[in-house]
Order: sequence, then C-alpha cells, then structure tokens
Amino acid sequence: MMISLSYYLIFSAALFSIGLFGVLARKNAVAILMGVELMLNAVNVNLVAFWRFRTPELIAGQAFAIMVFAVAAAEVAVGLALIISIYRRRNTVVADDIDMLKL
Amino acid sequence: MATETLIWLIPLPPLLAFFLIVLFTNRSKWISHTVAVGAALLSWLGSMVVFFRAIRVEHFGEEIFASSLSWLPAGDTWFKIGVQIDPLSAVTLFFVAWTVLMIFLYSVGYHNYGQPKGDHDRPGLQPHGATVSDAHGHQHTVPSIEPMYSRFFAFIGLFAFGMYTLVVSDNLLTLFIGWEIMGLCSYLLIGFWYAKPSARAAMIKAFITTRVGDVFMLLGIAYLYAVTGTLNYREIFYNPEVLNRLAETPSYIVGLSTAGLIGILLFIGTIGKSAQWPLHVWLPDAMEGPTPVSAMIHAATMVSAGVYMAIRIFPLLSAGAEHGMTTAMGFVAFIGAFTALFSATIALSQNDIKRVLAYSTISQLGYMVAALGIGAYVAAAFHLVTHAFFKALLFLGSGSVIHGMEHGVYHTGEHIDPQDMFNMGGLRKKMPLTFWTFLIGGFALSGFPLVTAGFWSKDEILADAFGNGHILVFGTLALAALLTAFYTMRQITLTFLGEPRTKAAEHAKETPWTMTLPLVILAVFSVAAGWVGIPEHFPAIGGLLPNWFHEFVGGTLLELPEAVAFNAVPLLTSLVVALGGLYLGWLVYRNLPAGAKDPVEEAVPSVHTVLKNKYYFDELYDTLFVRPAYWISETFTSEWMDRGVIDGFLHWVAMVTGIIGNALRNYIDKPIVNGFGDFVGESVKKFGRNFRVIQTGRIQQYMIGALFTLAFFSVLFYYLVYTR
Repeated sequence: MMISLSYYLIFSAALFSIGLFGVLARKNAVAILMGVELMLNAVNVNLVAFWRFRTPELIAGQAFAIMVFAVAAAEVAVGLALIISIYRRRNTVVADDIDMLKL
Repeated sequence: MATETLIWLIPLPPLLAFFLIVLFTNRSKWISHTVAVGAALLSWLGSMVVFFRAIRVEHFGEEIFASSLSWLPAGDTWFKIGVQIDPLSAVTLFFVAWTVLMIFLYSVGYHNYGQPKGDHDRPGLQPHGATVSDAHGHQHTVPSIEPMYSRFFAFIGLFAFGMYTLVVSDNLLTLFIGWEIMGLCSYLLIGFWYAKPSARAAMIKAFITTRVGDVFMLLGIAYLYAVTGTLNYREIFYNPEVLNRLAETPSYIVGLSTAGLIGILLFIGTIGKSAQWPLHVWLPDAMEGPTPVSAMIHAATMVSAGVYMAIRIFPLLSAGAEHGMTTAMGFVAFIGAFTALFSATIALSQNDIKRVLAYSTISQLGYMVAALGIGAYVAAAFHLVTHAFFKALLFLGSGSVIHGMEHGVYHTGEHIDPQDMFNMGGLRKKMPLTFWTFLIGGFALSGFPLVTAGFWSKDEILADAFGNGHILVFGTLALAALLTAFYTMRQITLTFLGEPRTKAAEHAKETPWTMTLPLVILAVFSVAAGWVGIPEHFPAIGGLLPNWFHEFVGGTLLELPEAVAFNAVPLLTSLVVALGGLYLGWLVYRNLPAGAKDPVEEAVPSVHTVLKNKYYFDELYDTLFVRPAYWISETFTSEWMDRGVIDGFLHWVAMVTGIIGNALRNYIDKPIVNGFGDFVGESVKKFGRNFRVIQTGRIQQYMIGALFTLAFFSVLFYYLVYTR
C-alpha cells in the first residue's frame, strides 16, 4: 500500500509548526535560524509531495524544491554571517538583546 | 543760398550754441561766450541778408518769401509748418537781430569777463567782488566774474532761438512754440540768481502771470483752427474770404463776431506777454534778473513778441470794420491807452533805475497796443521798431550805470543800493559814453522833436489818433507822453546831472568796450531808425526822404492803410508834451542834495505813496488770487479734501478692513483652520505616542504579531469568501 498524500502534508505541517515554534520561542539566534530552515524544508516536503501525487509528469515541483534549497543555503550563509557579525560587536547571540530595530 | 533756405537756418545757430554750451563747453567761459556770440553773429548775418533781399523786392507784401513743409497729418490734409518773411516780419527780424547781437556782446562785459574770481561768490548769487593787491601791496576790491557765466550764455542762446523762431514762422502754432520757449527762458533768466528769494518769487510770478494770457491765446488758436482749418498767416490774414466769413459769423458772446472773439482771445496772450494792464505786474519784478536779461525781455524779444503778435492778428481784430472801429479794436485801444497812462504814472515814483524803465516799457507797449486799437497799424509797427532800439539802449545803459556804480561801491566799501537813482548823480563826468548814449535813448523815449526816432513813431501814433477822431485815446496818450518825458528827464537828471550824492557815485567808472560799443550802435539806431518813417506832409523836411516804412510795412495788409493827413494839433501837442515834460523834469530834480526826498513826494505825499505802491495792484492780486490760491491749496485741498475727505475715507477703509480682519482671525482662522490643522497634528502625535510601545525592536515579537495578523486575515478571508 502506498502512503497517502495526507500523511506527507501532516508531516509537513508538523515540521513547519516545530520550525515556527523554534523561530518564535528560542532565544538563541542560531537556533532561530535553524527553525527557519525547518520551515523551509517543510515547504519542500509539501512541494515534492504535491508534485508526486498531482503532476508527476511535470518537473516544476522538483525544480522549485531545488531552488528553495539553494535559496535556503544562501540565506543561512548570510544569516550566519550576520549573527557572527552581531556577536563580534555586541558579544551576544540572544535575540531579545538584539533590539536595534527599535531605533 | 536760396532766401527760403536761409530763413529756415536763421533760428538754428543760437539753439546749437545752447546745446553746445550746456553739453560740452560749460567749463570754459571763453569758449562758451565765443560760441554764443558767434551764433548770434551768424543769425544776425542771415537776418541782414534776408532783410536786404526783402527790401529790394517791389511790392514785397504780395511777393513774400515763404516755404513750408507738411508736419502733422490732420485728417485728410496735412498741418503745415513753415517760415515766411513778409514786410512786418522783415522789419521785426531787423531789429531783433541787431538788439540780440548787441545784448550778447554786452553780456560779456556785464558779467565781468576777464575779472578775477570772487572771494565769496557762489552759483546762484550775484558776484560780490574780489580782493586783489596791486604792485604796491594795496588791497582793492574789484568786480568779480559771474560764477555761472556759461549758463547765462546758454540761456540767452535758447531765448534768441525762441525769438527768431517766432519771427520767421508762418503760422500761429510755431509762433506759439517760440513764444513758450521764451516764456521758459524768461523764467530761467529772471531767476538766474536763484539763491535770492526775491528772484525766485519774481520768476514764479512772471511765469504764472504770462501763463494766464497764454491759456487764452491757446484757446484763440484752437478756436481759429476749428473755424478755418489752418493757422497760416497768409491763408487767414491775407485772405478776404476767410476774414469776411469770420467777421460775418456771430460768436454769441457779447455780440462779438467770431473774428473779434478770436482776436480778443489771442490779444489776451499779448496782454500777458507784453505786460499790459491787468497782467502787467510781472514785468517790474522781472528786474531781478541780470540787466542784459531785462533788455532781452523788455526790448528785443519777449514783450516785443507780444505786440508783434497783436500786429499780426490785426486783420482779425479789424475784420468787418465798416468805419474804422470794431468792438475788439475798442477793447484793444482801451487796454493800450489805459496801460500807457497808468504805468507812466507809476514810473514817476520809482527810485530803482531799472524799475523806472520797466514801467516805461509797459507804458510804451501800451502806446503800440493803443495805436493798433485805433487802426494805426503802421504806426504801431513803427513804434515797435524804434522802441526796441531805444529801450534796449536804455536798459543796457542802465546796466552800464549800475555796473559803474558797483565799481564805486567796491572801491569805497559803502553799503548802498547801486540801483537807486537817489544814490547817483554827476555820473556824466565819470561815464561820458554811457551818459551821451543814455541821453539819446532817453530823448528818443520822450520823443525829443525831429532828431530822435521816438519822436517820429510817437508823433505818428498821436497824429493817427487825432486824425481819425479818437480824441479820448489822443488825450490819454498825450498825457502819457508828457509823463514819459517827465520821468525820463527825472531819471537822467538824478543819474547823470548835478553833483554826486554818494561816495560810490564819485568813484564810478566807465565800463569796458564790450558794454559801451553796443550802446553806441544802439544809439545810432535810436536816432536813425526814425528817418525811414517821416510823414510826407510834414512841414519843411517831409518828403526829403520817402516814407519808406509806411509803404513797406503797410504792404503786409490787404489794403495799404492810408497815411493820415498832416495836422498841426498833434504835432504841436507832441512838441509841447515832450519838451515840456523834459523841462519840468529837469526843473524839479536838478541840484537835488544828497539824502533829499523826492520833490514830488514832498508836494503830494498821498499821491506819491499810491504811485510808489503801484496802485496796490500787487496787494490786490495777493488778496484776490494768491491768498485764495494758498487757501484753496492749504486749507481746502490739503487740509479738507486731502487729509480730511480722502485720507479720512482711506483711514475708514483701513479701520473697517482691520475690524473684518480681526473678526476673521478670531472666529474663522484661529478656531477652524488652525484648529483643524492642530487637531490633525495632535492626533497623529497622540496616536504615535500611544502606539510606540508595540515597537519593541524584538524580532520575535514582530513575528508573533505578523503570525496573528495573518491568522486574523485568513479567518476573515475565509469567512468573507467561503461563507457567502
């Protein structure tokens, strides 16, 4: 028997929610970044699942997933660089302490 | 050169001189007077050529020199201006050219050319003398040069231009232009020493008084143009059709014909310009100007211009006269005769040497005007010519006397008026040339029989008046002639005869040649100018010389006026009044001691006071016109109209505007406009202040906010889209 689409979607939703919780609740900026990655990958799961079950004859779903990977990789690179930079300046990676947006 | 071209050119040199001096040469006194005198000489030369060409033409009155050009488009036609010389303007040109040239030359000496600069002289005041030390180290005060020397020559140049323009023009409009240029120049020249308050007052008085006449004259010109469509002399005054039409058209004003009304309007211009009663008041005051100016104004140019114009318009005045007189002529005769006697009486009591001459001028002009009024056209023109010569001579002579007296005043340091005749006396020995020429001029003025020009012209007027039956005019003029002889001899006796009455008079000195040469030349004319008009029927010498003047000038009119038959009564009268007046004058004033009163004053003090105050005409005009004018301007116009009504209205408008403005500000601007603006601003401020707390700067809180917002809108969307 084949695993139905709903399982994938439920899994994807769960993964997204975990990532979202991580982004909203964790103090550490690196952990927030990891949460973002989880959310992106939840999206990827969604994309690939919909492709497999709905339009297997087309390649768009896979192509989107690949693109998200690439963008996520770039985002992580930039995000980590920013975090390191902030750490060097302010000696912290706690998100609540980094309230420069207020100014 | 063609005569017509030459006539166009005659007025130009003095005008050029005026501009040259004003613009370029005014720093150099020498160049300025050379330019001015040179220009006068050129004009004189042109005038002489034209004059002598004119008198060679037979029946010149019909074959005049004329040339014109189209000037202003007037509807379908052109208004033409041009030049013309007819017999009348030819003789006028002759005496104008001579007197103007003499006066220009005289001015060089009068303004002390060649003398040092004054110690305290400044522009606008008469020169006060300069201190020089001679070889022995003695200090002397000598006359000093006029500070505004060049300016004077510029002004008289413009003046001469005005007069020449007036004489050569062929229509009333260019005549009027020349007339007004002279009015301006007389204003400038009377007030030449403008730092003197009396000179300033005199210049304004002269200008305004003559302006009164000019307004009427302009009305007359406009009227004439309206009814005839031309202002050309030939087309009006030499045209029987036009004259008849004007004479036959009634004007609806006091029964005058159109010709008479226009004539009188134009003649009022003469009254102003030639200082006839009642506009005579400006001329004596005009003596404030330098003496050559007095001669310019009183002899050669301005006042002669008035009479010249009156003689010009004589055909208008006399148009429609069946037997001698018209109403207009009666008016003219009355004004002339009255003025002649009236101002002769005032001249009796004046002590200022120039003022006597001023009143004498008014009186003699009255003679000419009266002659015109009784139809003695040629006699009026004749007297105009002879009077111009002898009056210029007398004025220049009096200037020479004043100059000599000033020399004495500087020399002795006395503080006396050098123009007062009672400070003079005995000058015949000190200033022989001035004395003899003045004597000739004075005798010509009084009409000394046979030898002087004044006798022939005055005798002709009297003969005309008597011969044509105007006994009243004849009597008035004869009485005026008696007074003329009397005050002339008074002047000569007080000035030149007897013993010096002041130290200054003892030290008076003859003036330089630039001043005496014009005197000599004018003295020659004062005698010889009469010979051209000796009546043919005069006993003994009549007919020896042809009565050229009568034939020549009479040709200006359509019909040659008849020469009046000889009658012994006017001749005897004029002999008696001239000789009697002269003798009386000598008798009364000879050997007057220093500091003595005028014998006339002692005899009839009340009459003398009235005369001395010129019949109170200045005071009368002051009360009648000057004070009301001041009242109107100061009280009525300034205080009531301007400051009361107009300013009051403006202030009221300003006050009402202020009230409205305040109301708008308090009830509209402040609460509504400002209130709304403030409300918007304050609201935004309040909103911002209240909502600033949500901006924590913490990224996770923002994301929670975004999450809830998204959730909210999703729910909203869901309900809006899917539950419908």
